[in-house]
Amino acid sequence: MLTAQWLYSLSGCVLLAIGLRAAWLHTGLLHRIIALNVMGSGVFMILIAIAYRGPGTAPDPVPHALVLTGIVVAVSATALALALARRLTAEHSDE
Amino acid sequence: MNTLAFLIIDILLLIAILGLAWAALASRDERRSTILFMAFGLLLAIAWGRLMAPDVALAEAAIGAGLSGALLLAAIRIPGPSPTAAEVSGDSTVAQPKAQPALRGVITVASLALAGSLIWALSDAFLDNPPNDALAQAVFANIETSGVSNPVTAVLLNFRAYDTLLELAVLLTAVLGILAMGQARPVYAHAGIIFNSLVHWMVPLLILTAGYLLWVGAHAPGGAFQAGATLAAAGVMLRLAGRDRIGLPGPALLRPAIAVGVGVFLLVGLIMLALGRPFLGYPPAWAGTLILIIESAAMLAIAATLLLAFLGGEPRSAASFSMTAPNPAEKPQC
Repeated sequence: MLTAQWLYSLSGCVLLAIGLRAAWLHTGLLHRIIALNVMGSGVFMILIAIAYRGPGTAPDPVPHALVLTGIVVAVSATALALALARRLTAEHSDE
Repeated sequence: MNTLAFLIIDILLLIAILGLAWAALASRDERRSTILFMAFGLLLAIAWGRLMAPDVALAEAAIGAGLSGALLLAAIRIPGPSPTAAEVSGDSTVAQPKAQPALRGVITVASLALAGSLIWALSDAFLDNPPNDALAQAVFANIETSGVSNPVTAVLLNFRAYDTLLELAVLLTAVLGILAMGQARPVYAHAGIIFNSLVHWMVPLLILTAGYLLWVGAHAPGGAFQAGATLAAAGVMLRLAGRDRIGLPGPALLRPAIAVGVGVFLLVGLIMLALGRPFLGYPPAWAGTLILIIESAAMLAIAATLLLAFLGGEPRSAASFSMTAPNPAEKPQC
């Protein structure tokens, strides 16, 4: 396994842990959404690290496609979560 | 020497990325968290570039950092009067009830344990043998028949086109949920002369860049998602400048516009079925053209979806879809 793969997979796992801890501990909705996004970025980092083959060789394109899909799905989930949060806030402030 | 340089770059980049992630999540202020998160996303894009993933880097910079950040910033509310609303929205001026130290310790240990087990699993799988190359070999062996020469586009829109179809369906579901949540946010104040001039320059360039990214995705990094995000960025700029009409079609055409991505994709797949080929099995001679058609529809759908997400809901009534009439007391804008 290349050094770069090692480094980046490790960091991906650490990002996952950071995001998970924050998602658990924070009570603010926005912070939780950001934490989920950070977790997602950690997973993407692991995938792209696995796809890396060194400076001379072409990388594996399949994990890249997976991550591309993942980025778009993550942003649409974030958008829906923010719309729900906005509606929640509106409902609570009307009481 | 080369490897040493890369190693130093990697270590510095990763320290910065992890530091930004920690700072973004440790900050109490919502706005600061969001800005740090955007910086985190941009550094992540550089990391993808370093790992030879330029398509992903483009998408991360445009969607992950840019549009996610814009969505988050637009969602930050000014602190409301009632404590209930503040608690729900995570307002930083109200003291958050902190979990007991024991619970925080348990959660930290659990997260570390998860990371540790993942690291162990990864090293167990990859330390002795390199990652399996079978899929990559299959892609490069068949890329001649895929209709494009960019392997990532080939995987996304030909070899695993079904996944992309479902991804567009996920986008559609999200935007339907957003439309169901309520009306769009009120329009911003009309921009001053400097921002207006910037918008006059940037929006046509962004539209041109989107078209270029769509076209070049067949043989170089790029593609429908990056192009759609660039178009959405143009719409966001118009919105921030106070325009009410931001290029979205009127109410009658809005729903067809966001459904056109999935619709065209499905249509092509079903036509392939009708021709006796497998679902989404393009004939090699037509593959390039079909991919371009699908990508164009997907680009429009993605742009419309992201714009609607930024608006925050159903655009207001048809009457508001004209340019806001200028205040007669205002100086004429350029």
